Amino acid sequence: MSLVLSETAAFLQDQTQRFAREKTPTSHFRSVRDSGNPECFDREIWKQMAEQGLSGILIPEEFGGSNFGLSGIGIVLQELGRTLTPSPLFATGVIGASFISKLGTDDQKSKYLPEIANGNLTCCFAFEEGPRHKPTVSEVTAKKTGQNYIINGKKTFVVDGGFADLIIIAAKTLKGSSLFLVDKNSKGIDVNIAKMVDSRNSANIVFTNLEVAAENILGEIDQAQDTIEEILDMSRAALAAEMLGGALEAFEITINYLKEREQFGVKIGSFQALQHRAANMFTELELCKSCILESLSCFDEKSNDIPRIVSLAKAKIGETFHLISNEGVQMHGGVGVTDEYDIGLYLKRARVAEQIFGNSEFHRNRYAELTGY
Amino acid sequence: MTDLALFREETRDWLETNCPPEMKKPMTPHGMTWGGRNCKFSHPDQELWLKRLGEKGWTAPTWPKEYGGGGLSYDENKILSEEMSNLGTRMPLASFGLWMLGPALLEYASEEQKMEHIPKIIKGEIRWCQGYSEPGSGSDLASLKTKAIEDGDNYIVNGQKVWTSYANECDMIFTLVRTGPQEPKHDGISFLLIDMDQPGVETKPIKLISGASPFCETFFTDAVVPKKNLVHKLNKGWDVAKNLLQHERKMLASMGLGGSKAASKGKTGSGLATLSKKYVEVKDDKIADEGLRQKIAKCDMNSHAFSLTLKRVSEEAKNSNNGPSAATSIFKLYGSEHNKRKYEIMLEAMGSQALGWEGGEFGPEELAITREWLRTKANSIEGGTSEVQLNVISKRVLDLPQ
Repeated sequence: MSLVLSETAAFLQDQTQRFAREKTPTSHFRSVRDSGNPECFDREIWKQMAEQGLSGILIPEEFGGSNFGLSGIGIVLQELGRTLTPSPLFATGVIGASFISKLGTDDQKSKYLPEIANGNLTCCFAFEEGPRHKPTVSEVTAKKTGQNYIINGKKTFVVDGGFADLIIIAAKTLKGSSLFLVDKNSKGIDVNIAKMVDSRNSANIVFTNLEVAAENILGEIDQAQDTIEEILDMSRAALAAEMLGGALEAFEITINYLKEREQFGVKIGSFQALQHRAANMFTELELCKSCILESLSCFDEKSNDIPRIVSLAKAKIGETFHLISNEGVQMHGGVGVTDEYDIGLYLKRARVAEQIFGNSEFHRNRYAELTGY
Repeated sequence: MTDLALFREETRDWLETNCPPEMKKPMTPHGMTWGGRNCKFSHPDQELWLKRLGEKGWTAPTWPKEYGGGGLSYDENKILSEEMSNLGTRMPLASFGLWMLGPALLEYASEEQKMEHIPKIIKGEIRWCQGYSEPGSGSDLASLKTKAIEDGDNYIVNGQKVWTSYANECDMIFTLVRTGPQEPKHDGISFLLIDMDQPGVETKPIKLISGASPFCETFFTDAVVPKKNLVHKLNKGWDVAKNLLQHERKMLASMGLGGSKAASKGKTGSGLATLSKKYVEVKDDKIADEGLRQKIAKCDMNSHAFSLTLKRVSEEAKNSNNGPSAATSIFKLYGSEHNKRKYEIMLEAMGSQALGWEGGEFGPEELAITREWLRTKANSIEGGTSEVQLNVISKRVLDLPQ
């Protein structure tokens, strides 16, 4: 398995790095946040990202994408994570694009994938049903009535659920789990924006007798669980890459602060109490880099150990981003808890990202189970 | 067929033909070959295996052919170690000459010195130990006091070294000695190779908390060293020492990885969990104590992450010829701290059965774990303490102010 970047990935990294520095530094995140825009992202920026091909990285070429694979989109998310760039790339470009590419009928693929690739269509995945991640659904049900299905129940913590045009719903059916593609304007959908601490978009969505036609079933009825788990793993690996970007940047910001700030007549970075903690964080980051490269490339190389490697990556970066964001704030002292300095923004993003699709404890438990204890 | 595929095929054939049967069995506690003038083999196959690999230069596969090495490229070496691991062949030679001194000699020694010493390291003819630390110079190594004074064609050496691994069984010792007493401390040190078979060199084993005595005190009393045994320039020994320390730390770092090979290859099963299950309550094949189970998972995941990192850094280094980088300090730090944590978890799982000292109430594996646990406490001290490693990372890698 390759643990070094491919040429394609290196190109994408370079391109995205330039884009993020020029167009979406953290001041961009702040301006979106402070503008009161309930969507929590900038449509003009999203259009430019789509023009650069970022929304189509996981979409086959015949539907307008580039099919560069998870390693490609992972490195992009990592660079965007450095500057906290808010965008629909995760929910739409990773989750939405993967579900439809994987399970869509020819009609569904040609209807949705080109629209995702050109940036016109956004998606969300209505999956979680409580405050903590569970990899199976039970509360939201879909009952067959004639040829149609009637969906009832409440979904929580739906990333980008506040604006997404297309909702992918995971629901319990008679003999298993099933997926449905639903337009956000359909009758029977009540979207409640959940304003999160990281100022990204999230929603709780209530379905009341939502009627879904047979043509909008995604994949086979009752047979969705395996694909759900597969796409959850892809999403976790992609998110772990974004978190690595955030953790690297939060660490570098902190190191720079240690080199500038003076107390007792010297730079505070000369204090061994701070140096040793910084060196430990650096060490943990080096481990995370390896885990994340491995977890992205294991999909492209079709490893037979994907779930374990993904849990390793999500757990390690969860712990590490947690540590670095806490230490970063502490090492900044008083200014670390002001809104003016960026370090606090990474703390907030770290906690939300840690929760998405399983925190470190969840993934340690899963790793143990998969290893046979 | 590509050149590498051909190389793989030839290598496999050669190993199958030449590896003696006993050397395909798992390593035993006394089965390691350390080489040297008084080398003891516990089985004749050990001697044969060392001889065959040594002649081919495959005890040091990537070292240049002109000094008796294998002359293999990075990829060829990887293939060799993969094929050896597939066939389950034993390591032919354990040697500080191979792991520490050799790489430094290749970089700093004169042509004559390389021709003299490197082939003997490769063939396991001379067993080397390291004379660095002194009773008053541990972390502050550069304050060392053992002195060498010029006397015609020789240096006369007086002083004491400590923590010299296996000095009582070694033939030669590579040392740091003070040759410039008036110079600033780093600029008055030279790198000397000293033959231990002389009246001026005496060794005394040190008994450790584990009960073993792998280390010695080594005393020099008017020891005679020919001037041709000075490596690199006079008073420039610190350069050699720093280079060699990086190789040493790389070697020590890999100690934390026992048992994690299976994890990194994607096989299920965990050494820690399998061991623990013998002692703790198990429900539905799961360790029932959730706290312990999470600790084991965290430790296994860290082993997995660490072995991926060693692999990543070696892939990154593949095309660069810069030798070990500052990143190796991360390995030493992490490998030793991780190994200590791993043994603490074993103790926790095994309860009082991990705390036996000797006798029939404890199994041999249990007693070994107790002794190994005590041994791990030195991991984060030898070759530079964890605190020294943290200083190195802070200053050299992160460039934090002095």
